[in-house]
Amino acid sequence: MNLRRRYLRDRVMQGLVYLGTLAVLLPLFFILYYVFVQGIGALDLAFFTRPPAPPGEGGGGMLPAIVGSLVVDLIALALAAVFGVAAGVLLAEYPDHPLNPFLHLVSDVMAGLPAILMGLVAFVLVVKPMGHFSGLSGAVALALIMVPIITRATEGVLKLIPWEITEAGLALGLPRWRVILSLVLPAARGGILTGLMLALARGAGEAAPLLFTAFGNPFLTLNPLEPMDTLPLKLYVYAISPYEDWHRQAWGAALLLAAAIMVANYLARRATRS
Amino acid sequence: MEGRYRMETQRLSVYYGKHHGVRGVSLPVHDRKITALIGPSGCGKTTFLRALNRMHDLNPIVRVEGRVLLDGEDVYAPEVDPVVVRRRVGMVFQRPTPFPTMSIFENVVAGLRLVGVRDRKRLMEAAERALRMAALWDEVKDRLHQPAVGLSGGQQQRLSIARALAVEPEVLLMDEPTSALDPISTQAIEDLLATLKDEVTIVIVTHNMQQAARVSDYTAFFLDGELVEFDRTEKIFTNPKDPRTEAYITGRFG
Ligand SMILES: Nc1ncnc2c1ncn2[C@@H]1O[C@H](COP(=O)(O)OP(=O)(O)OP(=O)(O)O)[C@@H](O)[C@H]1O
Ligand SMILES: [Mg+2]
Repeated sequence: MNLRRRYLRDRVMQGLVYLGTLAVLLPLFFILYYVFVQGIGALDLAFFTRPPAPPGEGGGGMLPAIVGSLVVDLIALALAAVFGVAAGVLLAEYPDHPLNPFLHLVSDVMAGLPAILMGLVAFVLVVKPMGHFSGLSGAVALALIMVPIITRATEGVLKLIPWEITEAGLALGLPRWRVILSLVLPAARGGILTGLMLALARGAGEAAPLLFTAFGNPFLTLNPLEPMDTLPLKLYVYAISPYEDWHRQAWGAALLLAAAIMVANYLARRATRS
Repeated sequence: MEGRYRMETQRLSVYYGKHHGVRGVSLPVHDRKITALIGPSGCGKTTFLRALNRMHDLNPIVRVEGRVLLDGEDVYAPEVDPVVVRRRVGMVFQRPTPFPTMSIFENVVAGLRLVGVRDRKRLMEAAERALRMAALWDEVKDRLHQPAVGLSGGQQQRLSIARALAVEPEVLLMDEPTSALDPISTQAIEDLLATLKDEVTIVIVTHNMQQAARVSDYTAFFLDGELVEFDRTEKIFTNPKDPRTEAYITGRFG
């Protein structure tokens, strides 16, 4: 009797778990499916190889935005990696450092700030002094979003590296910085790479912080000191435009972004496993 | 007179917070001799050994008092760089610790390479020499460039020994280096100790009385953080002064 009730309760709980899982997965599948169906038609050769056409004219492509996204995201990742990994190393390897409570606080606060605020910070830090918009200022804004993610990932994975490795290195007469650089960080590289990929995936999808930093640019440029187009920015601009053809291309940009971010996430997972 | 011994501790005390792990130990370490540290579990052998090359430095709760002399100079003096001390006084730990991202070869030469030795030929020679000394060469010579974590536990321990030897320390501290090894590897390591003795001063912790008696020239018996007795090994094992030493080596406690 009692056993039967327990069995029944178990089944009910299981059912609830499956239902919950479904409730989470269904919208995700729906979004991906919808983006795919709407966007796949826009992804022709011109989309990848041509600059945008004038409004309403039809045709044209996303080449400047694709290139711009690559440039801005990679600069952002490089900047964020330097500061994020350094902060993570300080937090994990020198737990008694007087700077650490402050670093923890800054990192937590930054992680919680709305992305558009980071754009504002980059505007004040880079756009104002330079006197004009630039891809670089957009990269700084994205880097500010990425840094706390990388810091946390680095700190977390470094704390998992056995202390014995550090001791073995020290016992060989190596200085502490050398032990960290050549023994501890390589042992943690999978986890750090995961952090970098997750940060990239997070930053690459942001449009708001780029509105008044990278700004946008219909012409192809590789120079990050000039204004630059990026995919999320283009998506936003095209989506709110009145033109049918731009809507189509906005869906294309959405699909490309989603695919790129999924690839980054997949690579992150693979890096963790190896 | 200072500097009579290769190393010497003077009233050395080590505290873990309030816990007094090593209590005022004064012990000489004779040049190019093997000194064995014996005593029951928890008596402070590892704690004492780690104080000799300043391995406690990174643990904020540890406090070291007294002096540790290396060639007559206090290694804890403010102007002394602990990195230099550890370069001269190497250490092999109880558990093997191969560097996980490195091959066997890279592990052995890590200490040399990371201080700037680049010459491939010199590294190769150093690796072979160290691996031969650690009785591992024949087992790994055909797979030097495979990951070190693929070795067995015993092989990893000999790799750790080779790695410590490759930087040519003047003093080598070994914390139960054979506790994870089979009899054949143990024998190889004991043979190694005998040959190393001509060049290197060795301090070895062991729980194996036969091993202490076989390989060492001097033996120190620890109990509850204190040094009970120190003497030539044959004296300790045939005619100990302290009844506690006698009780321990005859297996009546600990
Ligand atoms: N990191 C530590 N923090 C606090 N106490 C410690 C620490 N390491 C050792 N101790 C304490 O110091 C004392 C001596 O320990 P130690 O490891 O030196 O003993 P040991 O003689 O090496 O023992 P064993 O033969 O089991 O290896 C023990 O009471 C132990 O509990
Ligand atoms: Mg011990």
